[in-house]
Amino acid sequence: MTILLLALRRLAASLPTLLVILAGLFLLLQLAPGDTVDALMAQMGGGDPATAEELRRYYGLDLPAAAQLGRYLWRLVQLDLGQSAIYGKPVATVIAERLPVTLLLMGASLTLAFLGGTFLGVLAARRIGQWPDTLISTLGLMFYATPSFWFGLMGIVLFAIHLGWLPAGGFEEVGAGYTGLAHVLDVARHLVLPTLTLALVFLATYLRIMRASMLEVMSLDYVRTARAKGLGETGIIVRHALRNALLPMVTLVGLQAGTMLGGSVVVESVFALPGLGRLAYESVVQRDLNTLLGIVFVSALLVITVNFLVDLIYGRLDPRIAAGR
Amino acid sequence: MSELLSVKNLSVRLPPGADRSHALSDVSLTLAANEILCVVGESGSGKSVLANTVMRLLPPGVRPDAGAVLFQGRDLVGASEAEMRRLRGAKIGMIFQEPMTALNPLRRAGDQIAETFRIHTRLGARAIRDKTLALLDEVRMPDPRAALRAYPHELSGGQRQRVMIAMALALEPALLIADEPTTALDVTTQGRILALIREIQARRGMGVLFITHDFGVVAEIADRVAVMQAGRLVEEGPADAVLNRPQAPYTRALIGAVPPLLPRAPRPGTDAAPILTIEGVSKTYRKGGGFLSGRPRVTHAVRDVSLSLPRGTTLGIVGESGSGKSTLARCIVRLLDPETGTIRLGDTGAGPVDLASLSRRAMRAEARRVQMVFQDPFASLNPRRRAGELVAQGPMLLGVSRADAMAKARELFGLVGLDPAAMDRLPHEFSGGQRQRIGLARALALEPDLLVADEPVSALDVSVQAQVLALLDGLRDRLGLSMLFITHDLRVAGQICDRIAVMKDGAVVEAGPTAEVFSAPQAAYTRALLDAVPGRGWIPGRAPIPAAVSAV
Repeated sequence: MTILLLALRRLAASLPTLLVILAGLFLLLQLAPGDTVDALMAQMGGGDPATAEELRRYYGLDLPAAAQLGRYLWRLVQLDLGQSAIYGKPVATVIAERLPVTLLLMGASLTLAFLGGTFLGVLAARRIGQWPDTLISTLGLMFYATPSFWFGLMGIVLFAIHLGWLPAGGFEEVGAGYTGLAHVLDVARHLVLPTLTLALVFLATYLRIMRASMLEVMSLDYVRTARAKGLGETGIIVRHALRNALLPMVTLVGLQAGTMLGGSVVVESVFALPGLGRLAYESVVQRDLNTLLGIVFVSALLVITVNFLVDLIYGRLDPRIAAGR
Repeated sequence: MSELLSVKNLSVRLPPGADRSHALSDVSLTLAANEILCVVGESGSGKSVLANTVMRLLPPGVRPDAGAVLFQGRDLVGASEAEMRRLRGAKIGMIFQEPMTALNPLRRAGDQIAETFRIHTRLGARAIRDKTLALLDEVRMPDPRAALRAYPHELSGGQRQRVMIAMALALEPALLIADEPTTALDVTTQGRILALIREIQARRGMGVLFITHDFGVVAEIADRVAVMQAGRLVEEGPADAVLNRPQAPYTRALIGAVPPLLPRAPRPGTDAAPILTIEGVSKTYRKGGGFLSGRPRVTHAVRDVSLSLPRGTTLGIVGESGSGKSTLARCIVRLLDPETGTIRLGDTGAGPVDLASLSRRAMRAEARRVQMVFQDPFASLNPRRRAGELVAQGPMLLGVSRADAMAKARELFGLVGLDPAAMDRLPHEFSGGQRQRIGLARALALEPDLLVADEPVSALDVSVQAQVLALLDGLRDRLGLSMLFITHDLRVAGQICDRIAVMKDGAVVEAGPTAEVFSAPQAAYTRALLDAVPGRGWIPGRAPIPAAVSAV
């Protein structure tokens, strides 16, 4: 109950931000030349200005920008994201079709980056200055410095084309009609390369944070206290250092949720995944204002939710925070 | 076997590039069971290295290169890591200085004590819980059951140190190493913790290796004393002999620097007209209470304080942490804005000014007249500015030309006992005592009427502390300064203050001339404070006098 109240309070506090983002994006798109009707007409292979006028009236695009924005926000209050002119379906439906792919990709990448970063960071901190540390730190720097689309492309060249182990793109084998476990495995096979591509950059960041954080924690007084109790090195790491060292990591995960959503646009494009990122890109090209605003709205909600979850986890990890609330 | 621990010709090497080659050179000591051996020394004397060598908890790169540490006949220097792990916590317990950081903030106190049992014994969860509870009871934790489930941040400093002691005593070690266990605690808490250590030591017949820099604590607790200087053992012997008839010149100098717990001789002219009159000053802190969050928590840091400071004298404000003494100081220099009351400064031609009611802008013009010296000589100087500039900055802000300001800084460097040639150096090139002198020169550069010194000697070694106190005293006379001196240390207060005000929970409980407050304290709290000063019966440089006479 308290959690629900807290969630509502957080949502209320982020409403102004949400409003500014939506209004800003709306106005920004007004500056770009052309609108949905231009894109539609281009798809149809051209048409006469009268038809265009009629379409504009039909979609409400002939009104002044302020009135359009007002109408959009009023509909949003009623939880109606509007109609997509390009897809001919409600925006909510379009987004709902694409959201699971992105969520799956993000969730898998985040988990991989977090676990991998934690493990490698602790390993590097334990063997500071020795070869495992040098190796891990060098790899981390490489992952960090290389653009993710290049990793994606090289992954496709190596694993999909040369070795033929993994599919080159897509979310599932189209027309194979797998069900049950076979379907799950099929999707998993398709997601291996995209997940790795998206995760590597974040893994490198987490690794470096974890290494630094671990080194700092290991020099603190309570670690010395644990040693004075006769606890072995592994015990010290597992029981005293790890949880303390994880705190800055958890903060970072919350901060980077938005960045990860942005990164998924590139990865979804490289691997032809039908996710939210690709949808956003297509909507910009086709001037599908309603869909784009819908995506921004849903993305913002997603980031707020992730941050809220991170805060809850932080409260669980650190009793001092829970007391301050 | 009476010899519990014996350190033989121990030398500990420092990594290359340190300020000396060995942290310890050729140190030999013995500790019998049922005995408290105090190792005293100033910072850098190697006393903590000694404690950590016995525990084999030295930082990487620091290791013994000669000698032996025999514990119950076994050499610990050559012992394997696994062997050491079996000894640590079980046979040798250790307490550290900082109760704030020595406990894992994310785990419950009871759990951290219980861990010692889990590491070394095969007891079941119930038995461990019962034993932990008994331990918390033994270290006199108020409400042991609640403490079992409390996180460290929910406990006070003294309570945390009790948890640390419980942890160290869990398996009834034969040897307890205490590394400055009471240094970070308030004086009344310190008294209780020392009594507790003494009592448990006597009951269990433990040997205690007690590391400290404070001769008061030594006088309070030691059976035998070892004095260290720069990694060498200077003097060693029974407490009475070392404290009252020190042989080594260094020990004599060190003991001579300890302020006796006596009021200073009254000076003439301490009843001049007040330069500072504080009336009804209050300051509260609010926490929380923002948009969409709960009710604010209000702390009354200073409540309705009225004080006056005669021109040319020193008023000491004494209190424990959280008593509001620093907040009051900050209100006077207007680093904080008091909510109520007046702070009237001085009789300059224009008549007294109420600092409390000045606007920020007007205060900047008056700021020159009230200057502050801060506690931490390491953090209170900008590390990227040269010492001379730091001192000259104030006058330059008031429109003095750079050349004049630097000339003045040069003069001040001489005044506070620093070599003017050092003006081009950066703060990290100075020692703590020298930095405090820079801080003092910086404050004096503005020729203030009133100097507010917030714990100016607390972070300094005792010999440096004596020098800085003598400097402050001398400057007050030469420059006709008036001084507000904030301290938690009654010995220091007695040394330098003409008058003393005792604060507790934001209010002044007692104020008067130092001699009166020391000899006839009115408030119960003042009496408790005086009683808690460690080694109060010991007057440095004199043989102990019977307790009835010395109970000042």
